[in-house]
Amino acid sequence: MSAAAAVPQAADCVVEACDLAIGYPGRRVGAGISLGIGHGEALCLLGPNGSGKTTLFKTLLGLLPPLAGEVRVLGEPAADWSRAAFARKVGYVPQAHAGLFPFTVEDIVLMGRAARIERFAAPSRHDREIAADCLAALGVDHLRTRVYTEISGGERQLALIARALAQEPALLVMDEPTASLDFGNQIRVLDHVGRLRGRGIAVLMSTHQPEHALRVADRIALLAPGRLAGLGAPAEVATPEALADLYGVDAAAIVASLPALSRFPQHRREMDAPASASARPSAGGARPP
Amino acid sequence: MSASALRPAAAWLAASAALAAVLVAAFAVGKFPVAPGDLLRSLAGRLLGAGSGLPAAVDTVVWNIRLPRVAAGIVVGAVLAAAGAAYQGMFRNPLVSPDILGVSAGAGLGATLGIYLGLPLAFVQGVAFVGGLLAVAVVWRIASLVQRHDPVLVLVLAGVALGALLGAGISLVKIISDPYTQLPTITFWLLGGLNQVRPSDLAATAPAMLAGLLPMALLRWRINLLSLADEEAAALGVDVGRLRLVLVAAATLSTAAAVSLAGIVGWIGLVVPHVARLLVGPDFSRLLPASLLLGAGFLVATDTLARIVAPIELPLGILTAVVGAPFFLWLLARVGRTS
Repeated sequence: MSAAAAVPQAADCVVEACDLAIGYPGRRVGAGISLGIGHGEALCLLGPNGSGKTTLFKTLLGLLPPLAGEVRVLGEPAADWSRAAFARKVGYVPQAHAGLFPFTVEDIVLMGRAARIERFAAPSRHDREIAADCLAALGVDHLRTRVYTEISGGERQLALIARALAQEPALLVMDEPTASLDFGNQIRVLDHVGRLRGRGIAVLMSTHQPEHALRVADRIALLAPGRLAGLGAPAEVATPEALADLYGVDAAAIVASLPALSRFPQHRREMDAPASASARPSAGGARPP
Repeated sequence: MSASALRPAAAWLAASAALAAVLVAAFAVGKFPVAPGDLLRSLAGRLLGAGSGLPAAVDTVVWNIRLPRVAAGIVVGAVLAAAGAAYQGMFRNPLVSPDILGVSAGAGLGATLGIYLGLPLAFVQGVAFVGGLLAVAVVWRIASLVQRHDPVLVLVLAGVALGALLGAGISLVKIISDPYTQLPTITFWLLGGLNQVRPSDLAATAPAMLAGLLPMALLRWRINLLSLADEEAAALGVDVGRLRLVLVAAATLSTAAAVSLAGIVGWIGLVVPHVARLLVGPDFSRLLPASLLLGAGFLVATDTLARIVAPIELPLGILTAVVGAPFFLWLLARVGRTS
């Protein structure tokens, strides 16, 4: 799989990983990772538990130094960017957490303005207007005066997306934004991801659910433990075989649980074929080591 | 919680009125009561240079006895409460107090040694101040050497461990000190008190206390970001390590100065920020002034009680614990029910 071929031109990338080795001192998690996120594009990262999705995100966000290779932001090495300048280009949406102190949702969203507020200043009226706009854009302006620790998990996730929007970034990095949300909130968050793209904001998101990736992604990246196993248009990358390989299950199970794959014409043949035919070779077999 | 945060004007008014009442009461009670009217006349007389027309004894009590003590109570209470609020926010733990990193234990060992060696009071205060700063510097150094864990957790655990070690040192000095002359002084110092504060002591320590408050006031909004996970705050554009270092240094400086002036006065730094948070919410821009107000009021009130509840003057630390601990438990129970 030639990952390099799928990397857009450097000038078109918000953030670009160049032959990146990721991990911690003494523990390499992955190597040879090259991918770029273009302006306004939605790139979804799929990979099994332990494949290094979070480590890759931390490295791309500059929170973890790369073991080798380089992260570039708008063509400049990420190491040359100050934390504040970086935060004005790249927003990060962590998984919704409970929070400790009873900040209002507005207080939380205003924290997204940190990189745009003078060191010794507090948020201005202008910052409050932007915070209100970000909440309104996600359809949750009614949460503004609510206490963050008292709202539901889905509402918290939307508040954290609003906080990242308040950074006015060119790219949003979202770590499993639909994890731990109920069905309705998953759909709502995915809809908003689609709309962000419409506003010209690029999205890099990881997910455990390939159907979510198929729903919003312009391109999909497959992260197998230690390497990039695929990168490209959903129709080319998210094949039953590739997903079966990635998650260590057989292709029939993938086909059976992902009807969305059928919207790609080249997959129809497999959809129409009896599932048992492709299942037989590996049925009952052990997962690949 | 949110309901009271929506009525900020009422909360500020109540806190300011309570502080004013406490200040007037602090002058009005004691072995030589000064009525509110006399207090005003004495203050106005000296400030306007016109003379108060009161008996000289009243002016002496107001200016030489009560005022230094009340002023010290205001500053020490305000500083301990503000440092506690800052530490609770930046260590993401509502149960920490300003001495979590060992500043009180370090100052305590310094003061204990100073008294044991028979140093004059000003030197005891100086040694206590340096001891407090040194203890926190050692804790910070240990935490920065241990890279592989959550930095906040390592800081707090290192502070607890060093605090225990310094506590052992304090006990050792107490055992070898003279039980008739030195031990009572040491015990009183370790329990805190404002009875020995002279205007010159206050003048010597106030600059450090106020200098420590300055970064907290300037960074009042940015402190909020430290209550997020480190990586989350960093992704929002905050240089987490540097911000935390500045604030720990500021809180340590002001706490060490407060402890060197008044001894170890417990509970204020833990309890007052909680009350302030209930009144004005967790945003440090409002939490800081609220903590300053309430901390000043609480310590002056407790110190006034310390003067009058018993025939002898009680150590401050005993009263802050007696008042603070039940109040804190009541607060826990109440908040647990409503949320």
